[in-house]
Amino acid sequence: MTRVFEQYLRPGVKATAFCPGCGHGILLHGILRAVDELGLDREKLLFVSGIGCAAWIPSPHILADTLHTLHGRAVAYATGAKLANPALTVIVVSGDGDLVSIGGNHLVHAARRGVDLTVICANNEIYGMTGGQAGPTTPVGAISATTPRGNPYATFDLVKLVLGAGAAYVARYPVTQPRPMTDAIKKAIRTPGFAFVDVASPCPTQFGRRNRFEDVGALYDRTHDLVLPREEAAMRPQSELAGRLVVGEWTPEDLRLGAGIPHDGPGPGGPPC
Amino acid sequence: METLAELLPRAGGVFVQMEDEIASISAVIGASWTGAKAMTATSGPGFSLMMEALGYAVFTETPCVIVDVQRAGPCTGQATRVGGGDVMQCKWGMHGDVEIVALAPWSVQEMYDLSVRAFNVAERLRLPVFLMADEAVGHLHETAEFHDRIAVEQRDRRKGFPPFGHGDPGGVPPMPCFGDGENLLVTGSTHDERGYRKVEEPQVHARLVERLRQKVLLRRDELVDVERYMLDDAETVIVAYGFTARGALAAARELRGRGRKVGLLRLRTLWPFADKEVAALDGRARRVFVPEMNHGQVLGEVRKHFRGDVAGYGQTDGEVIPVGTIVREVERLT
Repeated sequence: MTRVFEQYLRPGVKATAFCPGCGHGILLHGILRAVDELGLDREKLLFVSGIGCAAWIPSPHILADTLHTLHGRAVAYATGAKLANPALTVIVVSGDGDLVSIGGNHLVHAARRGVDLTVICANNEIYGMTGGQAGPTTPVGAISATTPRGNPYATFDLVKLVLGAGAAYVARYPVTQPRPMTDAIKKAIRTPGFAFVDVASPCPTQFGRRNRFEDVGALYDRTHDLVLPREEAAMRPQSELAGRLVVGEWTPEDLRLGAGIPHDGPGPGGPPC
Repeated sequence: METLAELLPRAGGVFVQMEDEIASISAVIGASWTGAKAMTATSGPGFSLMMEALGYAVFTETPCVIVDVQRAGPCTGQATRVGGGDVMQCKWGMHGDVEIVALAPWSVQEMYDLSVRAFNVAERLRLPVFLMADEAVGHLHETAEFHDRIAVEQRDRRKGFPPFGHGDPGGVPPMPCFGDGENLLVTGSTHDERGYRKVEEPQVHARLVERLRQKVLLRRDELVDVERYMLDDAETVIVAYGFTARGALAAARELRGRGRKVGLLRLRTLWPFADKEVAALDGRARRVFVPEMNHGQVLGEVRKHFRGDVAGYGQTDGEVIPVGTIVREVERLT
């Protein structure tokens, strides 16, 4: 493994806060690789994050300007920074609970406004840092600290949500596909306007243990097995798509009738996906 | 804000209507860290929504200006009627101990002048400054003089210094901004002088909280701003602020006409509180009267610092306090 990315890490930050097996480290690597491959001017690079495990991906790790904000508000802070100084490349990195639950309103309105932001959602399907509570991305039936009998509520499909709200570019990949994930991050950064990447990042500690995944490997196998490329998903009946992780890239063109909107909506209940 | 939407883009600025007040104050803070002077304006429920982020602004030392046009609360209350119930909220509405600066305009002229002052103080001290207007001042139409040139405090953006403090206990560190190449680390968690999160160290937290307090308290003499009317021989002093002070001045003059020795101490700053100025009334005035559009929010502060008789009149019906009411209440005391 190359150590070339050490130059992007803030001196003095020796260890990550992430649990063994957390996907966020892979995502951090992917973000740094994207920044490196794009040759971005680091002096004009601003990372904004909210609260939660994923908010720690940029802050304090990345050696650039970082703004670690309040729970849910990262996109609103980023909007102010980008509008006040359009020369900055502004990248929001935060979790699903932060961006979609608490900050859901900011997310859809930023997409609607079309402000030139890149928002990367480290989606672990649960509130990790605060103790494993359910969020709007927790699968139907999944066990969490607040859904001990299984989550009874439907989940947001973040691709549909953000694309429907007006994003210029949306992608979804898991950390188990680091190369396409990194390419999607690069495309999102290059996209003028609002771009969003939904990154499935397994949480062994809060999600895996509660939902009886024996070890980290089993949880990663689950993610790997749920993946379904959007092209393949388009050939399958809707009933086969429930709970699957439909991956790929989408643009507003896909909103045209019949263009094959991704579907990984709520499953029939019972054990996780 | 509607006027700013028209004027700001013409002056090279940016106006954005965010989705809610939480987003507005959040965007203000984000903008301020790029070096921009940033402000928002709100009232009642919107002010309550902003409280968490205002604590963030205090803790991260982010200059910004918040105009609160106070209305009759609590809750939605009387949306277009006057109130003065946010005096304590702007100081104590954020969780944790903070010191902030709050100004209290009583005229259209002061909405202008104190807005300039608010930005200058915010930039000089790196903190949110509150322009605590009220609905009556907010809807006032009257003559005001706008200046061709105003004194503008430039932010100290020197690079290479710790952006969150140094040895000086009440010091204001330089604030380089995003894009300046300083790899800033900004967090609302307890942090050391370079912004590194230090939530486990009691001394770091205590030192930071205390410096942020002393930043304001050590400068109280330059911040506290009062106007004195007919105080030299006053036996009764009315302490008032905002629109109520206009009525109080008229009442004091009327009472003088009736042979009563009444004066007015007008608070142009609510926070830091004019404690020395109120205490200085001791031994000269016999009593202090505090009319306000809440139930004693400044009255309590006056009681802490004036040892003579202190009485208040609180009115929270969505109407301004009539001159005649203040005259009547002062006459009852004397």
